[in-house]
Amino acid sequence: MISAPTAMLDPRDRGGPAQPLLTVEGLRKHFPVRGGFLNRRIGTVHAVDDVSFAVRKGETLGIVGESGCGKSTTARLLMRLIEPDAGEIIFDGDPLGVQSGISVNEMRRQMQLVFQDSYSSLNPRMTIAETIAYAPRIHGMKRPAAIERAEALLAQSGLDPARFARRYPHELSGGQRQRVNIARALALNPRLVILDEAVSALDKSIEAQMLNLLAEFQRHFSLTYIFISHDLNVVEYVSDRILVMYLGHVVETGPVAAIYETPRHPYTRALLASKPTLDPDRRTTEPPLVGDPPSPIDPPSGCRFRTRCAFAQAICAEMAPPLLTCDDPEHLVACHIPEAQAAVAAAHA
Amino acid sequence: MADTAISSAAILAALATARPASGYWRNVGKRLARDPVTIAVSLVLLGIIFIAVFAPLVSTGHPYDGSVLHRLAPIGAPGHWLGTDEGGRDLWTRLCYGGRLSLLAGIIPVSAALCVGGGLGLLAGYIGGAVNTVIMRVMDVFYAFPSVLLAIAICGVLGNGFGNAVLALSIVFVPPLTRITETVTAQTRRLDFVEAARASGSTAFQVMRHHVLANVLGPVLVYATSLISLSIILSAGLSFLGLGVTPPQPEWGVMLNALRSAIYVQPYVAALPGLMIFATSMCFNLMSDGLRSAMDVKLNA
Amino acid sequence: MFQFAVRRLLLAVPVLFGVSLVVFALVHIAPGDPIDLLLPPEASPEIVAQVKATFGFDKPLYIQYLLWLRNALTGNFGVSIFNAQPVLGQLLIALGNTFTLAILAACLGFSLGIALGLTAALYHGRWPDKLCSAIATTGVSVPNYWAAIVLVLFAAVLHAWLPAQGIWPDTASFFGRLRYLVLPVGALSLIPMGVIGRFTRATALEVLSQEFVSALAAKGLTRGPILRHVCKNAAPPVLALMGLQFGYLLGGSILVETVFNWPGSGYLLNLAIFRRDIPILQATVVVLAFFFVILNLVVDVAQAAIDPRLRR
Repeated sequence: MISAPTAMLDPRDRGGPAQPLLTVEGLRKHFPVRGGFLNRRIGTVHAVDDVSFAVRKGETLGIVGESGCGKSTTARLLMRLIEPDAGEIIFDGDPLGVQSGISVNEMRRQMQLVFQDSYSSLNPRMTIAETIAYAPRIHGMKRPAAIERAEALLAQSGLDPARFARRYPHELSGGQRQRVNIARALALNPRLVILDEAVSALDKSIEAQMLNLLAEFQRHFSLTYIFISHDLNVVEYVSDRILVMYLGHVVETGPVAAIYETPRHPYTRALLASKPTLDPDRRTTEPPLVGDPPSPIDPPSGCRFRTRCAFAQAICAEMAPPLLTCDDPEHLVACHIPEAQAAVAAAHA
Repeated sequence: MADTAISSAAILAALATARPASGYWRNVGKRLARDPVTIAVSLVLLGIIFIAVFAPLVSTGHPYDGSVLHRLAPIGAPGHWLGTDEGGRDLWTRLCYGGRLSLLAGIIPVSAALCVGGGLGLLAGYIGGAVNTVIMRVMDVFYAFPSVLLAIAICGVLGNGFGNAVLALSIVFVPPLTRITETVTAQTRRLDFVEAARASGSTAFQVMRHHVLANVLGPVLVYATSLISLSIILSAGLSFLGLGVTPPQPEWGVMLNALRSAIYVQPYVAALPGLMIFATSMCFNLMSDGLRSAMDVKLNA
Repeated sequence: MFQFAVRRLLLAVPVLFGVSLVVFALVHIAPGDPIDLLLPPEASPEIVAQVKATFGFDKPLYIQYLLWLRNALTGNFGVSIFNAQPVLGQLLIALGNTFTLAILAACLGFSLGIALGLTAALYHGRWPDKLCSAIATTGVSVPNYWAAIVLVLFAAVLHAWLPAQGIWPDTASFFGRLRYLVLPVGALSLIPMGVIGRFTRATALEVLSQEFVSALAAKGLTRGPILRHVCKNAAPPVLALMGLQFGYLLGGSILVETVFNWPGSGYLLNLAIFRRDIPILQATVVVLAFFFVILNLVVDVAQAAIDPRLRR
């Protein structure tokens, strides 16, 4: 039950290290807004629009953006807790949902999600050992074996099974509950774990411990992470590559160093500039963005950032910019205006 | 502090010293046991149930035999410590036997309605959408009647008899139980741990059974317990109107009706059956209150 | 707001249809033929057919329903089988009597209930709380028909202070009328008092436990002004419950009316059931249910008017 550091190649691996573990193409989800006379549909929330990215095996992909940019919706779309309107998901070379590919159920054994709210994500009527053992039992493991596995995972997460296994969620602190959530996500031995603001609600010191635990698990179980957060410092610390989202679109993606040191999209620059810093030489004197954030119910046409962009031109309203490489093939930006990209890169240096 | 050592020996040692902590319902039970009102009320209720179940043993006479010569004897009359009714039958005996029908008329309709209404509410709350709309709109039509009125209307239609009264009351209690189950289920359904359960690959049925049901049962049970007291009152009321149990069967409502005119002759005897209804109903209400307090995490955190 | 009211009204229409359908169905699946009550068994087939035609019992069921519905919408509920008088007239008089009882019982019960609930909440945990809670719980647990009997027992039988039953004669003075009202209103007000008392206590406690009350107390507000704040916040759900309780008073008065032989709609219903007087039965149940639905509607709209969060 307690694994020694696993071999580099997982027996479930299908394409070797070069094949991305997860590929997402053209993901889209719109939510209807109901209201008015007979609960008619009076608007649409464009939560996620044409989102595409790939996650490599063993890496950590950080997804950043403001609240409402579609990060959490993307996470739920990946887990198929919500049905997408369009788009393709390919897990280790197998397309999801088609006959020849991988089924949703099977994908859920290999991909798991850790929620932000540590309290509401645990059933208050189940002991935490039972909660962790639930998923293995659903998939056929006998109860004693499942409980044993749960207790082992608890120990690995830093919670003494003797004291914690039969406790209830309300008897634990926030940090302890989040450890339980992580243990629960690992119960099915997944290959990919999506962490949706998993450490955002914790105190900084606890957060640091949690990040270390996550790093430990990643090494130990050869995990791949998608780390969703609005906290830029944390994302910089844990990620290998970054995906920047704005109002349902991907605006920039690339290796963490490239994004943080030479951002190319005006929005990324604004995000980075808004990081509060303790360095007195780098005080923030003016807000990095002008204008109000537009509503996702009626997003601007074309490039959604154009209403707050200093470099916007006519073409930005006509056509949504595709994600294209700049000089570095790993670094992709969605912007029509090369001058804008250059200006951003220069200003941030 | 984050000790992530993975030695098997440490794990095994830890498991060996594990001890069981209290379960949720055990906690509720402990809190109930500490509440003096609930204990007192439970004892009284147990007493009432006891004399109803073991009526032949505790009663002093016969529920149907009586001589008109001895009708309406006062409290403390020789051989009839609570007097006799209008047919000369020993009142204490009739009260004991009457408890059977009255208690059953309280518990059976609520249990039946809990199964039907609870099931419907669970489905409506979990599945949502069209299923929810259909179920809740149908319930709305029945909700449009005040409960007394609906019970009387159904009984008036079906006719007399204990069975009809129980059926009528079951129908009356289904809509409120459906509604409260649906509300609580819909709230629970939105919580993250239900999503987490879905994300682990469970079927809808498994999620409902393992995660939703346990969390919904608590509030619904509290409400159902308070319905028992209402059921006892309503069933006795139906008999009082002549719509439920009919004479000469002993039942508290029937007895209350029959003794109404006796109020001018033996006022205290005439009021006794109602006292039993009141006491039983009060006990169930207080128990329901105690249960709610014991289950309220906020009050007891 | 207007949209919400209109939407709510439209939602009520199918419910009202459903109600009329249920009542009609109930009455017509009843065992027993009302004809048997009207005519002796040896009546000739021609007379039977004639009587049936008069009351429309010879037509198919759905035709009977539509005819009845059409008539009902214009206020024509037919004629009582028992006394051949128009149903509507009898029903309106009876409703008026019930309304009198209900209004007075509501006023008495609600004011007592609020007083009990607020006292219990403000002195939470101490003896006034326990006393008021006990009184309120008693109100809910007592079968009101039994309470009526007990009241009659003390006030009319043992002491002859008040009349035991019936409504006042037309010649009675104002105080003479009051004497007839005291007992029925008292008995009827017990349940509203209990329900409102318990709910007010729970709501007020919840409001008191919120942080803004601590903030008010920290600012130095004394009990009186805090009470005002509590009332304003606890009022909407309590008012909604009052509306519902009034509906129950109107529709559920039958038991108390029977004890007092008070000629209200409940009493009328009781008679109609035993006489198998179908037109009166149908009309009474439908009208009472309609009242209840409309009352619910008014309560919902009023709540939404006060609290904008409720306007879905």
